[in-house]
Amino acid sequence: MSLPSNDMMAAIAATRFGLGARPGEIDAARGDPRGFLAAQIRPEGADQPRGGEGSAQRLAQVSDYQMQKRDAKMAGDPKSPPVRDLQKDLRAQAGDDFLARARLGAATDAAFRERWALFWANHFTVSSTSLAVAAVAGPFEQEAIRPHVFGRFEDLLVASSTHPAMLLYLDQAQSLGPDSRAAQYQRKTGKTAGGLNENLAREILELHTVGVDAGYGQADVTEFARAMTGFSVGRPRDPSPHQFLFRDNAHEPGARTVMGRRYPQDGQAQALAVMRDLAASPHTARHVATKLAAHFVSDVPPPALVARLEKTYLDSNGRLDDMARALVAAPEAWDPAPVKFKTPYEFAISTWRAVDAQPSGIDKLAPVLTGLGQKPFSPPSPKGWADEAQVWCAPDALIKRLRFSEGFAAVVADRLDPNLLAQTALGARLTPPVAKAVARAETRREAVALLLMSPEFQRR
Amino acid sequence: MTAQVSRRSLLLQAAGLGVSVSFLGGSAFAAADGPMARRKMVVVICRGGMDGLTVSPPIGDPDYAALRGAVAVTPDQALKLDGTFGLHPALESVHALALKGQARVAPAIASPDRARSHFEAQDVLETGAAQVYGVSTGWLNRTLEVLGPSKVEGLSVGATAPLILRGKVQAASWSPGKGVDETGRLPTLLQDLYKADPLMGPAFARGLETEVMAQAATTALAPTPVSAPMSPGAAPQVMAPPAMAPNAQAIAGQRQGREAARKLGATLAGFMVQEGGPRIAAVSLDGWDTHAGQVGQLNTRLSYLDAVLDGLNTGLGDAWRDTVVVAATEFGRTARANGTGGTDHGTGSTALVLGGGLKPGGIIGDWPTLKQEALFENRDVRPTLDMRGLFKGVLADHMGVDRAALETKVFPNSADAKAVTGLV
Repeated sequence: MSLPSNDMMAAIAATRFGLGARPGEIDAARGDPRGFLAAQIRPEGADQPRGGEGSAQRLAQVSDYQMQKRDAKMAGDPKSPPVRDLQKDLRAQAGDDFLARARLGAATDAAFRERWALFWANHFTVSSTSLAVAAVAGPFEQEAIRPHVFGRFEDLLVASSTHPAMLLYLDQAQSLGPDSRAAQYQRKTGKTAGGLNENLAREILELHTVGVDAGYGQADVTEFARAMTGFSVGRPRDPSPHQFLFRDNAHEPGARTVMGRRYPQDGQAQALAVMRDLAASPHTARHVATKLAAHFVSDVPPPALVARLEKTYLDSNGRLDDMARALVAAPEAWDPAPVKFKTPYEFAISTWRAVDAQPSGIDKLAPVLTGLGQKPFSPPSPKGWADEAQVWCAPDALIKRLRFSEGFAAVVADRLDPNLLAQTALGARLTPPVAKAVARAETRREAVALLLMSPEFQRR
Repeated sequence: MTAQVSRRSLLLQAAGLGVSVSFLGGSAFAAADGPMARRKMVVVICRGGMDGLTVSPPIGDPDYAALRGAVAVTPDQALKLDGTFGLHPALESVHALALKGQARVAPAIASPDRARSHFEAQDVLETGAAQVYGVSTGWLNRTLEVLGPSKVEGLSVGATAPLILRGKVQAASWSPGKGVDETGRLPTLLQDLYKADPLMGPAFARGLETEVMAQAATTALAPTPVSAPMSPGAAPQVMAPPAMAPNAQAIAGQRQGREAARKLGATLAGFMVQEGGPRIAAVSLDGWDTHAGQVGQLNTRLSYLDAVLDGLNTGLGDAWRDTVVVAATEFGRTARANGTGGTDHGTGSTALVLGGGLKPGGIIGDWPTLKQEALFENRDVRPTLDMRGLFKGVLADHMGVDRAALETKVFPNSADAKAVTGLV
């Protein structure tokens, strides 16, 4: 498979591997497009959108809010201003987290690195289904995902599966071994006994590691769920409040068998041993390779590319930096035809990048994304956001993208040269019909809106 | 103008609640002759695994209360259907229809998939295939392929396109928001740029057409009572998922959410009653995956489901007698409550069948009971009815789909799933 010109490869590096070209980005990539991307891979992981509170501090605020709310309710004033303010504050912080991430995406010079991080954040999805998860969705990415995206897959898996955000989102924190000491005590004292919750165990198997066609059954899910009992989040009086806590007395005693392997370990080592084997499974290699190829190359990924990525995964023991390098090296990834359709988030971020700006407030960003079907930090299920063009290129979505583009152009176009913008945003991917349409537009605003809505800009 | 703005903002809230509507079927289809041409069908997909034992609790089944413990619906809460079954108290409108013989339940129904994976099971439900990865188009889309003349066009409402509607027949989509003037310069110039793009070209053209229909659907609706006046400033708060709202606001939020869901159902009806409007539609309702805290969550979700159905029923007016609505889910949940006030992924669940032209009758399919030996894999409600059989029956008897096409094209390899006939 022959490679296109350096001009074309530079445009592809910025638009397909990255998040859309900023002015000058395609020029910077022109000398060595593959090297431009490879230089963004680094052991310390992805960039961090913001400093500030970690998840423990956020969950402490949530707990404080819940206690004050209870007190206020008992006092007969559940809507008391301090309680309302606490809740507003938590929501505002979640909004700030999302805005910080969007601003990083719009401004970064290492946009391949950022796209790589977004891919893994979506692979290990958490969604704002409760105030607690909403409050830690941003910190989850910072703590569990971003540091590990160029390390070993197993480390990423363990970091995600032991983070409070995931443990709360998929109900693991409350899961109780039916024969654990805690359950026995509950029965003895006549309390309603808690029990097993298999939600996280199932999604780890199906979505995070081996995939649904790996041949596991209900018994494997249940056994893995039993192994994971005890993975929880510390309450205010626990030794590690609002952080990961292994509750030994909630752990189901005994050996477990998951996908044909026996795990005799005690305590939390048991589930960690299962995760180690899951991470090393050829099914996981296939699952991860397919998903990466689909995200970076085509909704229907070329089998030869999937096979090479799979081999890289197995040869490197699941090293994600090696996977990133293999993807950059793959000739299939440099096909000039842009077949991937930007998600709403990718589209919005790429518009800001094109004009060298950043979103200034969450109120500018959130309504747009919600209208386009991608509400901030709220994917519809543990599967995360869809990746296929068919899903996002719906008739109504295009009308809404047009509305957004017109509004965006109205703000930025009057101080821009649209012809130059078309060049810096698309480089060699700019086609004559689009260049002509931009050049012939009646107004700068019309020209910019046309460029943003062109197939070349909507696709990558 | 004001009325239109407030309708749109109400509808925007519905999007924030995880409710979306999709529909197919255009003017060419509706122009077909005969009484069959007026027939309409709506499929409501409840995503996440809706708990049938809460939707239509078998309060008369001797094992129900013990299996369910604290998440059981009690006999005094349930809205009674017969000696065994009731409906969840949030399903008031459905119950009122059931008393008139216009709503029935299928309490032990499932798709052919047994993996208990949301994503696999939803795919099977929407593609109509015997197993996952068999087919990449939706069965509602293939229905139109079989039914309609070659010019049939489709329509879907919602920001994203659901699988059940994807396929050869072109689907348009619409969701609440400010419209675009389809005669403006930009749309015209863009259509030119999209000529060579196989996805964007048709999608954009459908989007522009739908804008015109949307104007009519949102302005010419039969007036629907709004219980609580809404200030425009309240909208952003309601956009948050109900689970995030504090308790005091939750009740108000649920009332507003119910109103928004009702409005969405009525708007869909507004599209469907128009001359040349769509005859086949799909509605998605998210949020049924209740592993913990099930009682409160299902109370909210079922009140939204009830509201969408009520909005459809009222909005369709006389056309209700020509309409069949099926509400179904990808799988049911475990017969036993789990340890965290919820239930895990199961197998058999309940489907609701509604319509002005239904023949009266009891439950659809057999009730396997909840005896331990009757449970599927000692865990779930044992399915006695294949979902495809229900859909096939409605398509054949109500929509007049040719039986051979039903077996070969719409639901291939479904010979084991016998069509449930005689519903209408």
